[in-house]
Amino acid sequence: MTDIIGYILATVGILFDIFGCIGLVRFPDVYNRLQASTKCVTLGTILVLVGVAFIHGWGSISAKAIICAVFILITSPTAAHAIAKGAYASGVKLWENSVVDKYAKEVDKKEA
Amino acid sequence: MRRLIYFVLAFIVWVLLTWPFADGKIDFQVVIAGVIAAFLIAVLFHEILPKEHLVFISPVRVFWFLVYVPVFFYYVMKANLDVVYRALHPKMPIKPGIVKIKTNLKTESGITALANSITLTPGTLTVDLTDDGFLYIHWINVKSDDVEQATKFIARRFEWFLKKIFE
Repeated sequence: MTDIIGYILATVGILFDIFGCIGLVRFPDVYNRLQASTKCVTLGTILVLVGVAFIHGWGSISAKAIICAVFILITSPTAAHAIAKGAYASGVKLWENSVVDKYAKEVDKKEA
Repeated sequence: MRRLIYFVLAFIVWVLLTWPFADGKIDFQVVIAGVIAAFLIAVLFHEILPKEHLVFISPVRVFWFLVYVPVFFYYVMKANLDVVYRALHPKMPIKPGIVKIKTNLKTESGITALANSITLTPGTLTVDLTDDGFLYIHWINVKSDDVEQATKFIARRFEWFLKKIFE
């Protein structure tokens, strides 16, 4: 029974990974792509790892999988945050159809 | 004190990663290597642990943390379905922009948790934060560029929990 749950979780996780990659290709600029990649790939990978933990039951492999899942959950949004800030700082523009950019003012203030 | 907590945490992670209990006996080589590694980490990097770490040892905070986990996962699932919908829709219904929101959280760990929660949930990505409690958020579907309104849409639902956990 836990096997089946594990395989379902892993499958759903891989599906999310695939959709995240499709978003990565289709979205127009760095920031939108980061949205797709961080959200879908974080959840997808965590689901795969939890699925592995379910399949193997209590033991060393599950412990490692869960630790990896927790680390991904903490580091992935932090990395996305750093990339977005870095992209903005190095002058990557928002997509031309973006509706608002309040951050531009803050950057001007810092430079002034 | 902080060094000791950090040592114990590092050692637990080491034990879980290397798992030195194969076939019923403990592999002392691995344990000793772990003690040395955890000791070095504790001495060199103890300053990373937040200053207000002792307040986390309280049942009320742990309880709210356990309540927060399923709520958080519900929003993460919603976020993913939302992004998948936008990625697969042929016309790509996105309306991106960077908005500014205000947070009432004061502690560093609380703001970190808020920024990470925002990044993992529906259509929002933290870009930067200022010292006076404002966060800049990249929003994939801007509903309002007003500070108050945007805060209501993005941050309120987490702030309430995070305040109970971290402050």
